Amino acid sequence: MNSLAEASETNAWGGPGEDAAIAMALLAIDPVGLGGAVLRSLPGPALDTWLQQLRGLMPETAPWRRLPLNIDDDRMLGGLDIAASLSAGRPILATGLLAEADGGVVLVPMAERLMRGVAARLSAVIDRQAVVIERDGLAGIQPGRFCTLLVDEGLDEDEQVSPDLAERLAFHIDAQALEAALDEPAAVKPGQLPGLRSSCSQVSSSEQQLKALCGLAVMLGIGSLRAPSLALRAAKASAALAGRTEVENEDVQLATRLVLLPRATQVPLEPSDENEAEPEPPPEQEDQPEEDQPPPPPSLDDMPQELLLEAVKASLPADLLEKLQIKALRRKGSSGGRGGPQAQAKLRGRPIGVRPGKPVMGERMHLPSTLKAAAPWQKLRQASLEKRGVNGPRLAVQTSDFRIQRFKARRQTTHVFVVDASGSSAMNRMAEAKGAIELLLAQSYVRRDEVALIAFRGAEAEQLLAPTRALARARKELAALPGGGGTPLASGLDKAHELAIDVQRKGHQPVIILMTDGRANVSMDGSHGHDKAHEDALKAARKLAAEGWCALLVDTSRRPRPKAGELARAMGAQYLPLPQASANSLSSAVQAVSAA
Amino acid sequence: MATAFPFTAIVGQEEMKLALLIAATDPSVGGVLVFGDRGTGKSTAVRALAGLLPKMRQVTGCPYHSDPETTKCSCQACQKIGRTGKPASRLEPVPVVDLPLGVTEDRVVGALDLERALVHGEKAFEPGLLARANRGFLYIDEVNLLEDHIVDLLLDVAASGENVVEREGLSIRHPARFVLVGSGNPEEGELRPQLLDRFGLAVEVSTPTDLDQRIEVIRLRDEFERDQDAFLKRYRRRESRVRSKINRARKHLDSVEVSAEIVRRMAEVCVALGTDGLRGELTLVRASRAVAALEGAESVELKHLLKIAPLALRHRLRRDPLDESSAGARVERVIEDVLQ
Repeated sequence: MNSLAEASETNAWGGPGEDAAIAMALLAIDPVGLGGAVLRSLPGPALDTWLQQLRGLMPETAPWRRLPLNIDDDRMLGGLDIAASLSAGRPILATGLLAEADGGVVLVPMAERLMRGVAARLSAVIDRQAVVIERDGLAGIQPGRFCTLLVDEGLDEDEQVSPDLAERLAFHIDAQALEAALDEPAAVKPGQLPGLRSSCSQVSSSEQQLKALCGLAVMLGIGSLRAPSLALRAAKASAALAGRTEVENEDVQLATRLVLLPRATQVPLEPSDENEAEPEPPPEQEDQPEEDQPPPPPSLDDMPQELLLEAVKASLPADLLEKLQIKALRRKGSSGGRGGPQAQAKLRGRPIGVRPGKPVMGERMHLPSTLKAAAPWQKLRQASLEKRGVNGPRLAVQTSDFRIQRFKARRQTTHVFVVDASGSSAMNRMAEAKGAIELLLAQSYVRRDEVALIAFRGAEAEQLLAPTRALARARKELAALPGGGGTPLASGLDKAHELAIDVQRKGHQPVIILMTDGRANVSMDGSHGHDKAHEDALKAARKLAAEGWCALLVDTSRRPRPKAGELARAMGAQYLPLPQASANSLSSAVQAVSAA
Repeated sequence: MATAFPFTAIVGQEEMKLALLIAATDPSVGGVLVFGDRGTGKSTAVRALAGLLPKMRQVTGCPYHSDPETTKCSCQACQKIGRTGKPASRLEPVPVVDLPLGVTEDRVVGALDLERALVHGEKAFEPGLLARANRGFLYIDEVNLLEDHIVDLLLDVAASGENVVEREGLSIRHPARFVLVGSGNPEEGELRPQLLDRFGLAVEVSTPTDLDQRIEVIRLRDEFERDQDAFLKRYRRRESRVRSKINRARKHLDSVEVSAEIVRRMAEVCVALGTDGLRGELTLVRASRAVAALEGAESVELKHLLKIAPLALRHRLRRDPLDESSAGARVERVIEDVLQ
């Protein structure tokens, strides 16, 4: 008897540790069908032990491959093996890592840092269970059936594995569960596995169970249909593990805990009949969470989803609601994970492979790839050179071989608009300034940049909008921006400095666009007076200049004055007087500044 | 490698299925873009299409699947004219070619045959994916993650219908007309407007919210995974029914009438939406004609137009980044105003 069977007799849940141990067994039973697991944990003994135990459960011959973050397409998907091809005199494929892993495991450490392109290629192979190679003059398909383990070391919610990739993997296991699994007995012995693997495909499930899983997924706010599909597979593997040929109640519960709950985006609403009090307080995290649970009703067939959910809810962590809310908030801001598009840069950034073409405008030639591209054609070229009676060079390289290094700019831009809403500015060209900003908003939308908005008037500056892509909101804030009062320019610049530091900390590149007439009359300490205020503004501007950010000062006064120009110089900004600035030239100025 | 799921077993997603059937009926509609959430079966539907398409007559051994009736191809197979005055040909499946991420340029456009260069020191052209997709479908999953330089190649070829390769003193041009099918998740980034424009129809898919439908999806998927052969067998008849529907529609296509009145309504919608160029109207004409043909109607009626307009126009709107409503909603609003 294994531990699950014992547990099922008492119908008690063994805690996250047992679940993590069972998840391991289920992966060993159905490694390809379940896709794999996301292990949200820093490296450490708990993770190592879990991985080691899983490895012990896989067939001895099963490959186990680590996919490094910086892997290139050649290594990942396969490519031309130049050395072997030249010595053999025919094209020879260097098998890629994913094809090598067929029948085994692909382990991705630091998966939260995985580039989008790599994640997408991995997803495509998982979907097709095959590696399609169309590279370097080679075409073919190799089997690629493996179990993917992502180790997600992301510390906060912003750093997460590619959601596209994560959703293809059945289990999402956190560090606590891995820790707790250290004390768990193994859920299965390696010797049992061949039998379990074949019996797993024979397990059947009822219509009612299917409904329960689908219904639960909806209640938990899970949109993708992959989740209930994977949950069903997990339930079947669980039934096989318990030596049954039919899925039972507890398999569905296990699958819900392992597959559905970690994907939940909302806490299911209580069917509120008698009291609207909180449901039974979820058990404390550390100490025995499973003590006082009522055993769930025995038969699933006459159990509505609400009850099943009730039975499952025992395993909801205490802070689920909180976490979900945070998640939901975050989701509004970004697409999650490292999903944000990365601008392609010609000359800087992270190298992302090569492309054919002649290097122009300072692009860098990638010499090894160029030589590699030239190598296979040497025999051909030498022959044609000889025919023409030319004593050719030892290595004939032609322009068609040239390969250029491609880079991806790591940084995304956040435009920080600092708008002077004081009385003097309002009298001048507030409306035009607003129009210009709207145009810039539209532009930054096209490039999917973020914008932030700071306005200063009266006594001090105020951040109206934290960095966001929600441009409609930015426009609303802007439209509602009242004008009037003093000009606390220094305070505005200080606020911009603070915000830009935050932006930079997030890995984005701040671009500061200051719109003012430059006539400061409120100093840092709130006192009025032109000279002191101007001095303070210059001081704040120099502080900005020291950071070396891109900046643009748009002079909104009717007749440009030296003060605004002086300020622009102090903050190392480009100076653009609005009278000459049509909306379009303004936006190209911003673009030029951002590209600098 | 995974077997394709049958097209007729796909639950719901009517708009996506309709768009693919239209493209299968009239390839000149110009491609289908499927954008939507994760786990909605985008690529499942496209891959399923391959099993559904009626076979087509092609010159035996021609790397570009040339039509024996009209071939102007210079390959050996097409040059060898038989006694009938035409090259030998047979019925073969319509190519549905996958353009995988990580594809290299030489495999897209074709290049010198590496093997022959290495072994014999010969120059010979090895056709690429564009050749393989000629007269068929070219499918790009995660189209928004495709490398820029590959996108440029596709744009050029999709516009001209011809692929030109110059390499090692070899100069090859061959026909490359294909229906471009792309799928992706809008969260992963936006498409370049030029690429967007190459697609005739754009479909937005989302996960079904109806519980019964969701259950049906999972059930069929589960049955398919348990016993693929039996499952495919069960759907064989349904598949062949749709196949003959496509065949009938193709034959019928040229006889479907589009009245001046309908064309005027189409133009009105396009003007009201401010779509750029005439491609919107053209696609509307072709797509609504294909819908009418699929339904066996004699002429295009308003209902056909209503059915197709959102698909044909939603990706052609000039971007208004500050309008919060989705493109689909805006198109529907205008259609309601103009057509009803």
